[in-house]
Amino acid sequence: MNREEVNPIPVKHKYFTPGVIVLMIIAVNGLVFLMGRFFLGLGAVTNLNNQYPWGLWIGVDVAAGVALAAGGFTTAALGHVMHREEYNAIVRPALLTAMLGYTFVAMGVFVDIGRWYFIWHPLVMWNGSSALFEVGICVIIYMNVLYIEFLPVVAERFIGKVKLPGFLSGLNRFVDKVLRLIDSDLSKTMFIFIIAGVVLSTLHQSSLGTLMVIAGPKMHPLWQTPILPLLFLLSAISVGFPMVIFESLLASRSLGLKPEMHILSKLGSMISPLLGVYLAFKLGDMFIRETFVYLKEFNTASVMFTIELLFGVIIPLRMFLSPKVLKSPLFLFIASALVVFGVLLNRINNFVVAYTPPYSTESYFPSFGEISVTIGFMAILILLYRFIVLNFPVISLPGLKTAQPTKYTIKGAKK
Amino acid sequence: MSGKSRRDFLKTSAVIGAGVAGLSTSTVKAAPKNILSEDRMGVLVDSTVCVGCRNCEWACKEAHDLPAGDLQSYEERSVFKDKRRPGTKALTVVNEYSSGKNSNLPVDVKVQCMHCDHPACVSACIVGAFSKEENGSVIWDTDKCIGCRYCMAACPFQVPAFEYDKAINPLIMKCDFCFNRTKEGKLPACVNICPVEALTYGPRTELVKIARERIKRNPEKFVDHIFGEHEVGGTAWMYLSGKDFVELDFPQLGTNPAPGVSESIQHGIFAYFVPPVSLYALLGGIMWITKHRKELDEEEKS
Repeated sequence: MNREEVNPIPVKHKYFTPGVIVLMIIAVNGLVFLMGRFFLGLGAVTNLNNQYPWGLWIGVDVAAGVALAAGGFTTAALGHVMHREEYNAIVRPALLTAMLGYTFVAMGVFVDIGRWYFIWHPLVMWNGSSALFEVGICVIIYMNVLYIEFLPVVAERFIGKVKLPGFLSGLNRFVDKVLRLIDSDLSKTMFIFIIAGVVLSTLHQSSLGTLMVIAGPKMHPLWQTPILPLLFLLSAISVGFPMVIFESLLASRSLGLKPEMHILSKLGSMISPLLGVYLAFKLGDMFIRETFVYLKEFNTASVMFTIELLFGVIIPLRMFLSPKVLKSPLFLFIASALVVFGVLLNRINNFVVAYTPPYSTESYFPSFGEISVTIGFMAILILLYRFIVLNFPVISLPGLKTAQPTKYTIKGAKK
Repeated sequence: MSGKSRRDFLKTSAVIGAGVAGLSTSTVKAAPKNILSEDRMGVLVDSTVCVGCRNCEWACKEAHDLPAGDLQSYEERSVFKDKRRPGTKALTVVNEYSSGKNSNLPVDVKVQCMHCDHPACVSACIVGAFSKEENGSVIWDTDKCIGCRYCMAACPFQVPAFEYDKAINPLIMKCDFCFNRTKEGKLPACVNICPVEALTYGPRTELVKIARERIKRNPEKFVDHIFGEHEVGGTAWMYLSGKDFVELDFPQLGTNPAPGVSESIQHGIFAYFVPPVSLYALLGGIMWITKHRKELDEEEKS
């Protein structure tokens, strides 16, 4: 099969709908509070203080953002590394989500750190013993890998169609040539980036879990464990496919497309084993450290832990085992949404709920400003996603033949 | 009195020691400095001696260019109604507790950075802005800090504070063990001003001996515990008390250094980059094999 039969195309649909307008209002509201943060300081917008240095922005925008962008590396591993070509239709949407997700993780870090203008410091000032340094470096490199992985999509969109406005039109042929060069060079070398992306992801997904280990007894024993990095990695791997299903079903609903159930059902059938491994380690850790005693108490920690485990892991695990669920778009959506919710809650629990500083007089709850910025960022992310799938070849339309050949193969494999 | 003269001797030797340590400060920039010198200095706080005059709070602010106000105003004891914490306005504070059984006199406890021997902040800081200096002080470099506040999440004593009200150049603030003063051979400001000599500055090893001696001489006056001798692997600041430390709001901590587990995980994952490189090779292998197999299948089919 040659390149001309490549299936993904820009979706034909109008951009503005009432939902899009609502998202824009939410985005603008977030940006207003963001300005407050930059002109008046973190204290003016957030409820953070010396006892609670990290809040919603680190827990959701950064930690949960990284985890929920895991669809990028899990599908890359499935489609490109394992060569399961039947899944190729979902690789690009997942890549786009990961790319946008990581961009917003970087934005989240940018607004949360007190001295945003020094955000480049970790590149030149190294501290090898710091888990945060490792997360930072890996995220920066991986974000660039994602941009590189997305370049062919841009090239595909514009090759042969470069039309620069006005006096720049003289450059049309040159730009076209550059794009063709990038495209052909990348097709030969992409396997390097794809494998690097998977390695970088496993590294920083796990190190994100190492972050709170140093907080020691300041973190509730239900969550504080030396295997936190492993739990973070396993939960990231198990949320990858649910996130892809979740957004694929949302996108097809919003854009009036037929859901690609034949792929999504198969993808869904792989989720239970992954969730099972995560659950086994989570429960095993709980029994080895005998932390189940804390579940007998009735407080925020025990309730949040139970919700996280029951609704985020156990119920969707059971649902994904049922063939009925796998065949129904609605149930598949619910089950996937539960896993997404579970991992989101897990990250909030780890970074915010479990964190109990020794001298706090009142507990932390995010301010209206913090919540506004967080949901504002999410709204902008969705708007960007919508814009890109309407203008770039990302989504493969069902009905057409879906088998896009794996474009990137490891060099040296027999032709 | 022998105790008195010994204290003077300690103060003198401390000043000399600090001077030498200050001169030999090297300028390593690549990785955070994390020196655990045999001769590192410390302070022994005897909370049974402290009278809660809060002169140390005033002296500390004066030494760090913070608005200090009038020394007389520190005689006001109503501030003891609330338990205060060191912050961006004061790097050290004194809290008062009821004494309990022995006497009607209250117990006063000075709070500041403990200057851990194995500091969590030095290990955690993303850019290595914290360093453990040869003279025992844990200090912070304003030119590196990006304001991520991981040090605050990591610190077992919840000491570093952040200037949330500043939009530009917010600082992380905590006691720096008067690094600039000790460099010049002066005593830390709080130790210098303390009128009742509740604070003893000297080499940490000596301070431990003194503390043991005091407990031995007056076993009924002290609980048999030097807080900071072993907590989180030892701290430069150590406390004696007549009351259980938990009742004085000291955190209950084990003897393992705070960054221990985290660092062994970190170094395990990155042992000479072997695990990441192996994973890379493994994935490359899988990619090659699956591709190869696919091609064989296709050949068979055609």
